[in-house]
Amino acid sequence: MSPDQAITAEPAPHTSALRPIPAHEHAELDPRFAPPFPQAALHVLRNPQLRKNVAHAIDVIQTKRGKLVAEKQDWQALRDAASAIRTEALDHLGTYLHEFEKNCTAAGGTVHWAADADEARRIILDLLRQEKASEVIKIKTMTSAEIQLNPFLEKSGLEVYETDLAEIILQLGEEEPSHIVVPALHINRSQVREIFARRMGLEHLSDDPKELTNAARAYLRRKFLTIPTAISGANFLIAETGGVAVVESEGNGRMCLTLPQTMITIAGIEKVLPRFNDLEVMLQLLARSATGERMNPYTSLWTGVTPGDGPQNFHVVLLDNGRSSILKKPVERQTLKCIRCAACMNACPVYRQTGGHAYGSVYPGPIGAILTPQLMKMEFAQSLPYASSLCGACYEVCPVKINIPEVLLELRSQVVNQERGQAGRFFDPMYLGLRIANLLFARAWRFHLAQRLGRIGLRLFTRKDGWIHSLPSVGGKWTQTRDLRGFPEQTFHEWWAARAKEDQ
Amino acid sequence: MRASLFITCYNDTLYPETGKAVVRLLERLGVQLDFHPKQTCCGQMHANTGFRGEAFSQAKRFVRLYQDTETVVVPSSSCVAMIRDQYPGLFEELGNDTLRKEFAALLPRIFELSEFLIDRLGVEDVGAYFPHRVAYHASCHGVRALHLGERPFRLLGKVRGLELIPIPNAERCCGFGGTFSVKNGEVSSAMLAAKLQDVSSTRAEVCTALDNSCLMHLGGAMHRQFMGMRTMHLAEILACTESSPEVQP
Repeated sequence: MSPDQAITAEPAPHTSALRPIPAHEHAELDPRFAPPFPQAALHVLRNPQLRKNVAHAIDVIQTKRGKLVAEKQDWQALRDAASAIRTEALDHLGTYLHEFEKNCTAAGGTVHWAADADEARRIILDLLRQEKASEVIKIKTMTSAEIQLNPFLEKSGLEVYETDLAEIILQLGEEEPSHIVVPALHINRSQVREIFARRMGLEHLSDDPKELTNAARAYLRRKFLTIPTAISGANFLIAETGGVAVVESEGNGRMCLTLPQTMITIAGIEKVLPRFNDLEVMLQLLARSATGERMNPYTSLWTGVTPGDGPQNFHVVLLDNGRSSILKKPVERQTLKCIRCAACMNACPVYRQTGGHAYGSVYPGPIGAILTPQLMKMEFAQSLPYASSLCGACYEVCPVKINIPEVLLELRSQVVNQERGQAGRFFDPMYLGLRIANLLFARAWRFHLAQRLGRIGLRLFTRKDGWIHSLPSVGGKWTQTRDLRGFPEQTFHEWWAARAKEDQ
Repeated sequence: MRASLFITCYNDTLYPETGKAVVRLLERLGVQLDFHPKQTCCGQMHANTGFRGEAFSQAKRFVRLYQDTETVVVPSSSCVAMIRDQYPGLFEELGNDTLRKEFAALLPRIFELSEFLIDRLGVEDVGAYFPHRVAYHASCHGVRALHLGERPFRLLGKVRGLELIPIPNAERCCGFGGTFSVKNGEVSSAMLAAKLQDVSSTRAEVCTALDNSCLMHLGGAMHRQFMGMRTMHLAEILACTESSPEVQP
C-alpha cells in the first residue's frame, strides 16, 4: 500500500479488538527442540495443501527470476563482483564494523554490540524500557527471529506488532515463517482470508487480494500512527557512511522506518558493506534473486538521525551470536557472505517438497541447512547438513557464490567425527555399512568376494522377475517406493576377465 | 588411441551391461581399451556422507592405480565430479606433495564418457542406430559439476532412428543423492515422484542418462509402478547399431 493511502484512511474500529496472542515459552522453530529433518519432513509430505502452496509460490518466483536473470548479460560478472565485495567485507570485518560504528555515531546513532542472543534481547528490552514503551512495531527482521525476540518481549509485558504483510499473516494466524523472504509462502489466499476473518472479526471478508490488503491496511494504520517505537532489521550496513539499507516490497517498512520516534535496528555483524557504491552491485542482484524484480519497490537508506525528519532516537544492535566463530573456519566462513535473498531455497528441489518448517529453524532451505548448525551447537541440527541431495542448484543461483554443497560436506564430516566415537553408533547400519565398505574398497579381492556373497545373499530377496521388491533395515528405506534390480549373474570385471581368456 | 576404463563400483556390481556397451562402443571407434583389475571405488559415497578419511584412502588408491595411464574413461558423471571437485580438497587436507603432484598430472587425462567421445575423440556420430522414443535425464553432476552442456544431446542427435523428447524441468534433481535416498527416504521419494511426472509426460519408451545412479532411482520406481518406460545408460544406446542391435540384460 502507498504511505499516503495508509495515513489518510480512517482506522477501522474493530482492529483494537484483536484476540491476544499467547506468549510462547520458546519459538517453535527452535533447533534445540525441533525434530530431526526426515521426521519433520514426513509430517509436511503428508500435507497436500501445504505442498501445493509451496510449489506454486516457488514456481512463480523462479519463473520471474529466470526471466530477469536471463536479461542481464553481465549476470556472472555481477556474481563475481558481489562475491568479491562480501569476501572483502568479511576479510576485514573488524575494520569495517568499527568504521560503521564511527560514522553511524557521528551521524547521531548509537551502536550496541551483542555477543549473543541473550545480550541482544536485553539491550533491546532496556532501550524499550528507557522509552517507556508498552507497544512496539516491527518490520521484518530475520535476525530478531533468530534471537526469538518476540516471545521474549511479550513475556516482558510488551505488545509486539509485525507490520510486514506476510509477518502479520503469521502473527495473527499463529503460524511460523517458512521462508526468509516470503515468510507466509506456505499459506494461500483463502487461508489468509480465514485468518483475517477470524482474528479481525471480519465475517464477510472475501479472498479478493484488494479486500485482504484493505483489511491489513486498516489494521496497520492505527499501529503506525499510534506506536512511536519500532524495531527493524537491516539488509546492509554501510561502513563508509554509517548508513543502513532496508529493501522491501510493500511500503510498510518505509512507514515503520520513518513514522516512529525511536528506531532500533538489529543486524548480524556480517551485514556490513565497505562502500556506499557496493549497493550498486548488491541491489541489482538482490531484487532479481529474491523476488524476481529488477528493483525492489522500496529501498530505504538512512544515516543516523536527521532533526525534524524520521526517528529522533536511533540505535543499532550489532549481533554476533556465533558469527565470529564461523568466520574463523576456512571452508565455512563463506556462509557469512549470504545476503538473505532466498534464491537457494527457491531453487532447492528438497525445499520445494518440504517447505521451510521441516528445517526446524527460522533459516530454512540450503542456506539454513548450513547456517543453523553453525549458529547453534551442531548437536541440535545434525540432520540438517544431510537434508540435501547435493544437486548444486543452490550454488548455481547464489548471487554471492556461496558453495553451499561444499559447506554441507564439511559439516557432514564434522557430524561424522562427532558421532563415530559414540558407542550407540557402532552398530548403526549406516556407520557399520560405510566402515565395512571402506574395508572392501581397499582391496579388489575383498570387493570381489563381497560382490559374490552379496549376489548369493540377495537371491533370498530377488523375485522371479529378477527384481527386489522389499529389503530389510536401511534397504527398506529404498524399497518403500522403489524396486531394485537383482544382482546380475556376472559382474563387469568377471565378464572382462572371461573375454580376455577367450581371446588368448 | 589407448584408454583405460574406470567402470566404477556400482556399475561393476549392478550394471555390467553399461560396461559392456562402453567396450563395444569404444572398440568400434578404434579405441584400444584396458581395464585395471584392481579398481574398486572413487570414494564418492564416503565423501558425500561425511567420511573424509575413508574417502581419502579410496581417492589415494585411485590416483596410485591410474597415474601411469594415458587416458581414463568413466561412464558416470557423479564419479568424475567426485574426482574433479572433491579430490583436490581431500588431498589438500590429508595428502602430501607427491600425491598432489601425481593427481595434478592425472586430472586432465580423466574423461567422462560424453567428454571422451566429443572432446578427446572428436566424434558426435558414433554410428549408432536406436529406433525408439527417448528422454534424456540431465543428471545434476553432469549439468552443474561437469558442465556437460550440449554434449549428450549432440551424441543423441546423431543416433539414427532415435526420437529425442525433452523432459520438462530437465535440470531438477531426481532425488537420488546417494545415501540421501535412504537417510531422507521419504523426501527423496517425493522428489522422485515429481521427477517421474515430468519424465512420464514425454511418453518416451526409454529414459537415458550418463549416470546409472539416477537411472537406478528412476528405473526402480518405473518398475514398481508398471510405468511402461525403462532406463538405459547412454552408452547402451550408443552401442546399438543396425547390424548389432540392443542386447537385453
